[in-house]
Amino acid sequence: MSKLTESSLFQLTASRFRLFLREPEAIFWIFIFPILLAIGLGIAFRNRPADVLPVAATATQLTQALAADKGLTASTMDEATGTHALATGAIQLLAIQQPRGVTYKYDDTNPDARSARLLADRAVQIAAGQRPAIDAYNDIIHETGARYIDFVVPGLLGMNLMGSAIWGLGFSIVEARQKKLLKRLVASPMPRWQYLASFLLSRLIMLVIEVVAFLGFARLVFGVPFRGSLIELGALCVLTSLSFSAIGLLVASRARTMEAASGLMNLVMLPMWILSGVFFSASRFPAIIQPIVRALPLTAAIDALRGNMLQGLNLAQLFAQVTILLAWLVVPFIVSLRIFRWR
Amino acid sequence: MALTPSASPGSRSALAVPDGPSLSLVGLRKTFTDVVAVDSLDLEVTHGECFGLLGPNGAGKTTTIEICEGLTSPDAGTVKLLGLNWKSDARALRQRIGIQLQETQFPDKLTVEETLRLFRSFYHHGISVEESVRIAQLDEKRNSRVGGLSGGQKQRLAMACALVGDPELLFLDEPTTGLDPQARRHLWDLVDELKHAGRTIILTTHYMDEAERLCDRVAIMDHGRIIALGTPQELIASVGGDHIVEFAVTGADSERGTVDPAILIAIPGVQSHRVDAGLHQLTVGELHTTVPLVFSALASMGLDLSEFRTHSATLEDVFVALTGRNLRDE
Repeated sequence: MSKLTESSLFQLTASRFRLFLREPEAIFWIFIFPILLAIGLGIAFRNRPADVLPVAATATQLTQALAADKGLTASTMDEATGTHALATGAIQLLAIQQPRGVTYKYDDTNPDARSARLLADRAVQIAAGQRPAIDAYNDIIHETGARYIDFVVPGLLGMNLMGSAIWGLGFSIVEARQKKLLKRLVASPMPRWQYLASFLLSRLIMLVIEVVAFLGFARLVFGVPFRGSLIELGALCVLTSLSFSAIGLLVASRARTMEAASGLMNLVMLPMWILSGVFFSASRFPAIIQPIVRALPLTAAIDALRGNMLQGLNLAQLFAQVTILLAWLVVPFIVSLRIFRWR
Repeated sequence: MALTPSASPGSRSALAVPDGPSLSLVGLRKTFTDVVAVDSLDLEVTHGECFGLLGPNGAGKTTTIEICEGLTSPDAGTVKLLGLNWKSDARALRQRIGIQLQETQFPDKLTVEETLRLFRSFYHHGISVEESVRIAQLDEKRNSRVGGLSGGQKQRLAMACALVGDPELLFLDEPTTGLDPQARRHLWDLVDELKHAGRTIILTTHYMDEAERLCDRVAIMDHGRIIALGTPQELIASVGGDHIVEFAVTGADSERGTVDPAILIAIPGVQSHRVDAGLHQLTVGELHTTVPLVFSALASMGLDLSEFRTHSATLEDVFVALTGRNLRDE
């Protein structure tokens, strides 16, 4: 036994760590779940050879013209059958032979249907004798970093850092308060700041495992790129985790029951799950709510992580996001220290 | 962190007797929204004493002890522990007192030893974890998780957590509430051992037998006030008799008979009389001379006994005599 292991900060942190490791559900949600999610999304959005689009035409001659294009597979249907096939998604486009030309029937909000329209028209024009004005050649690449999995991995990382920090702190603190353990600790000479610091320390230790496991998996299985500095990526993860820990502390600072706490946590996290661009870009939301979306800690965290991993930006270039995260660290921490209910 | 060598089993290493009382409360008052929990309470507990705060639930015992522990601040009055007060000396006081609270639940998934090691780390001086395990007789459960302990074992763990800092002053809030009789006796033995080691102990309880068994002095509390204070023997003597005679009677037509209290009071050796739900209670100095007189008095009134028993007076009887209520009625 050394002096370090007998110190209260060490013992508090070790207790936190033990309690976490003895909670199998927590291990699942924090370590296994993000990896399962990444596998699922990786499979769903894997890179496939360019799809061959199913189309149909009302005349055999037209069908042959369409079938000549490698990107299309064509069949012949009458207009009623074809319209039904369009409605059920069996085909992307129906080419209807008209006395003076061709009408393309398709849904212009569907990207595949629009591609089918371009391919079909080109095939029909070529069949009619049109020749390209300029010779064009293709040089096909599959760039890592531009795939959906590359986009979604930093998003999942940010979401996971948020969940583990808020749940980890929130539930443990409120449980201790509900079971009167907090009151008992305050009745001992334990320095109060050490109780809160032990959460942050144990969080940081778990963070290393959590981030390395998840990103290592993403790297090995999906080849997700790390274009920025790894040290800065680590710093961003630490900052993100501390900010969400401060928010978790704030959520837990008054609640007396687990029910109240879990309601509050969902209230805090739900808007961010939707608005902060975990699964799709946050810029899709209308301009009027963008200032709110940008000010959310999860948006800042994910933007910063994507900036580092995908674009290779350094911390100076991520100044805005880092500042937002720092604000979310300092303000909730100070407020929660002031209003924290110790008993 | 400085560590002193552990003291001899269960005893304090330094028994320097401080000047003045270990605990002194003057004019203590605490009100919650609409209830006066503690009402102008004065109390002194001397060094090495085992002092009991006794009373029904809601009498203000827990509020009083939590004010002493520095967990609740009083609306008025002064609190001094070991010559120090909570406003200026909280840090030093926390190091020198041990506290066991009502209904603390320690984390289920830590072991007994881990829990004690955690609490030990908060104190600059104290006994070793091994020593605290031994005192609380949890040797066999040392590596068991807290969640698997029985109620009595959990309570002994709470006691051990209060002891790891080798406290001069120990607060125990209802240490045996909710325990089965065997676990209660087990815990009493533990308190006995601590008493003999010279610690000052302040405990609350609503069990009169517990207070009689453990405490050098008791204060009986009701509605936030101390209504009686003294050694258990003194308090029992104040009831005015060493024995309690209880009986119920039926009349000739097997209905509940009526007794003239004046006749009972007039019997030599009967100090007092009261009726509670048809049960008559007499406090009596000497059973062998008085009981035959009671029998003949009842016979002369034409009444039959349907119940009759006697017992030595207890603190329970003191409470009944002072408040006219039973403790358990609360």
